[in-house]
This record gives sequence, C-alpha cells and structure tokens, in this order.
Amino acid sequence: MSDLVRIIFFVLIVRPLLVFFIGLRVRGREHWPLEHPFIVIANHTSHLDAAALLAFFPLKDLRRVRPVAAADYFNSNKCIAFFSRIFFNILPIARKNIGRHQNPLDGLREALEHKETLIIFPEGTRSSSGEMGPFHTGIAHILKEFPQVPVIPVYMSNMYKALPKGEFILVPFICEVNIGKPLFLSGTKDEIVQTLRDSVIKLKGEAEW
Amino acid sequence: MIKTVFLPTPLGLAGVLILGILCLATVLVWGLSKTALPVNWNELRQRVRSWWFMAVFFFLAVTVNPVITIVFFALMSFWVLKEYITILHTRRADHRALVWAFLAIPIQYYWVASHWYIMFLIFIPIYMFLFIPFRLVLCEEIEGFLSSSARIQWGIMIFVFGLSHMAYLSVMPKIHGTLASGQSLLLFLVIVTEMNDVFQYIWGRTLGHHKILPKVSPNKTSEGFWYGILTTTVFSVLLRFLTPFDFFGTMFFAFCIAVAGFFGDVVMSAVKRDAGIKDFSNIIPGHGGALDRVDSLCYTAPLFFHMVAYFYY
Repeated sequence: MSDLVRIIFFVLIVRPLLVFFIGLRVRGREHWPLEHPFIVIANHTSHLDAAALLAFFPLKDLRRVRPVAAADYFNSNKCIAFFSRIFFNILPIARKNIGRHQNPLDGLREALEHKETLIIFPEGTRSSSGEMGPFHTGIAHILKEFPQVPVIPVYMSNMYKALPKGEFILVPFICEVNIGKPLFLSGTKDEIVQTLRDSVIKLKGEAEW
Repeated sequence: MIKTVFLPTPLGLAGVLILGILCLATVLVWGLSKTALPVNWNELRQRVRSWWFMAVFFFLAVTVNPVITIVFFALMSFWVLKEYITILHTRRADHRALVWAFLAIPIQYYWVASHWYIMFLIFIPIYMFLFIPFRLVLCEEIEGFLSSSARIQWGIMIFVFGLSHMAYLSVMPKIHGTLASGQSLLLFLVIVTEMNDVFQYIWGRTLGHHKILPKVSPNKTSEGFWYGILTTTVFSVLLRFLTPFDFFGTMFFAFCIAVAGFFGDVVMSAVKRDAGIKDFSNIIPGHGGALDRVDSLCYTAPLFFHMVAYFYY
C-alpha cells in the first residue's frame, strides 16, 4: 500500500516538480547501475537532494531504495516521521545519544544484506552555503564490509538555492545532478573517505551549472 | 460558405509563409551540405530542426486560443527568468524576494488576460519596484542589498514586463479599416525579430570581418549588423499584409525592430559575460538556452508594442 502511495507521489508530484518547475539537468546518467544493491553518495544541501536522487530510479524499484536519514531530525515528530517513511522510504539512523551496545550502522548492514540500495549523504547534514563539509567515516566502515557493492558518487548543484535549509518555499533555480562512474573501493577508512570526497569534488568541477 | 472558409486570412497567410521559409531553409542547408564548404553543417541542421519545432509550437500557441497565448508567454517568462536567476550570484537572503519575483509572473499575465491596461503598465515598474527592496530589507542582510534589488528588478522588468508585451499585443483588437489585429501584429513582430537574428547570423558568418563589440559578443560583426538590418527591412515588405502600415511604414517599423533586436542580443550577451558563461542552458539544440532565443524579443516586444499603440490604438 505504502509502495503504491509512494509511486503515485513520485509520478504526480516529485517528477513533474523536478522536470517542469526546477528543470533538473542530468549528466552521466549512463553510470547509473541497473542492479541492486549499490550505494549512492552525494553532497547534501537541501531536502530536494533525496527526492532528486530517488527520481532516477524506475518506479518499481523505489521500494528497495533507502535514503539514510538522521533519526533525531526525521523522527522528531510523528507527522514528519510518517511522511518521510511513506513518501521517501527513509532508513533512520541515530546521530546522537548512541548507547554503548548499539551500532548506528546496523540498519545499513541489514538493508544491504536484503539487497536494498542506500542513498547516503556522508557530510551528515545539509550545508547552508553550498560548500561541501568533511565526510564522516561511517560510509567507509560499510564499504570495508561490503567491498562488492559499487558506490556511485553524485554532485548536485544549486539545490541549496532552490530550497535552502530552513525554507519551505521552493524557488525554481535550474539544478544539475552529475553522476560519476561506479567505484569499488578498498584501503584504509581515511583513504576511502578521501577518495569518495575527491570524486564528488571532481564532479563539481565538471558541472555546467 | 466554402469561399469564406478558404478566404486567406492574414494569420493563415503568415502560417503558409513561415512554412515556406522553413522548407527553404531545410532545402538550402541540405543542398549546401553536399558542397565542400568548410562549415559545421551538423550545427546548422540542428538549428533548422529546432526552428521547425519552435515555429510550429509558437504559431499554434498564438493562433489557436487567446488563453493559450497568454499562458504560453507566461511560461516563457517563467522559464527565462529561471535561467536568468540561476546564472546570477544570489544571496541566501534573496530567497523570499525571489519567490515574489516569480509570483509577479501570474499577476502580470492576469492583468493581460483581464485587459487591465494601466495595471499591466505600472504593476512591475512601480509596485514591484517599490516592494522588492522592502522584502529584501526584512531579511536584514545589508551586504549586497542594493545589488540584489537591482538584479531582481532588472530581471522582472525585462523578462516578465518586457515579454508580457507580446501577450498584451495578442489581445489587442482589430485595427479599424484593415485586416490587421493584435494577433497579426504579434506575428509580424516575432517573425521580423527572429528573421533579423537569422540574417545577422548569416551575414556575420559569410561576410563578417570587422568585430563590432568584441568584448561583449566576439562573434558579432559590423557587416552582420548592417547587412542584417538592410535585409530585414527589405524582407519585412513581404509581411505588410499582417499590419496596418503603408509600404514605407512597414520598412520603418522593421528597421526599428532590427536595431532593437541587436540591442537585446548584445545586452543579454553582456549579462552572460558578467556571469561568466557562454550559453544560458542547452534546452534548445543548436541554439543554447531559451533565453538565447528570446533575447532580442526582450527589447523588440516593448518597443514595437508602444510604437504601435502610439500610432494605431
């Protein structure tokens, strides 16, 4: 049922909004894998980010794509929690108040084992200025455990102008999604994080908008 | 009965003429591409193909139904205003003022649809002009305040107020004693403006030597400018059936459109250079962004509208 609601939401609202109102551009679409699971990592500046990335998946695959989101924000009230679960299928993880015996990454492991694709914003929060912050190392832990899962680096431009942090009215700036080649990474945690961040920065350099 | 149906109306004739020009261009490009001339034929072919789509789309939008015409121009304003603000340097504090800039589009076109001439004329130059800076002040971000209000006001003046003149022209009534109406004058304006762009481009490419404004628009030449104006002025005589003008009047109006079209073109080039880009986007294959196609219209539309309104309405 919620899968159907989500498909209707994307067909009637998200996709028309992105295509006709925002005028979303895409580069490197051919790099998008057809096989699940994979991990999409992207810079994070706006609530539009997750919606834009989800819009690239075929509708029937939406149910197996999980944008990883901060539990303290998205579960902060029942209404937001309900809608983000139904419409965006988020995978909440704890950012704060983590107990000694809990591992916040367990949910991600479980999802990958169920062949669910993850959307991760390794900066951990939205940037207000559009500048990219440092990446957290959680993604590296996951990649070391799942070396066979490809990572797709993505850079999205202008999203923070269209819908900045703290705003709820959309202004139609033309936004661009730059999709990079799939990566299979190994090495130390710091190396993995550095490679990922560099590949996103490289995509930023290639962006037209 | 049948006779009246097939009586050629100005709009129908214009449609046939546009079709003829497009066929001629297609055949010319196809024929010339067989020769060994050192030209990028792919780009030209792409341009001509885009012209087919734009011309058919435009012709249907302005002839089928007046509401469709107004919505069409409102969407055009929306799209080019978006291209414009995307290349601008905007501040976080401009967000709400930009929301109002976009809201000005449906409001402005509402004045057109309701034939409210005075509001159409003063809404953006007066009310929006006074309101936008105030909305920016509410964000209490002083640095860059004047620059932001100027950029936003300039954008809605040229892309909403300016382009909406085409919509208002389309709802103007028939001119007494002639076959010309607002719709036929709109077709005259757009065909002359776009043909002038094409002529300036062709003459500039074939005979151009002397750069006219090299820092602003490196591809523009004096030859393209002068021969373009000359060709446009002569060509316009073919379109006299769309207007209430006499022979020399037609040439005079076309001359003004040609000169203003060039102004619009180079002004928008300067905006692009200022922002550090070449084309506004690549929405129209071979042409660049929508703004690259309507840049001359931003100047010719208000000018032509007020000239015609002064003499004929």
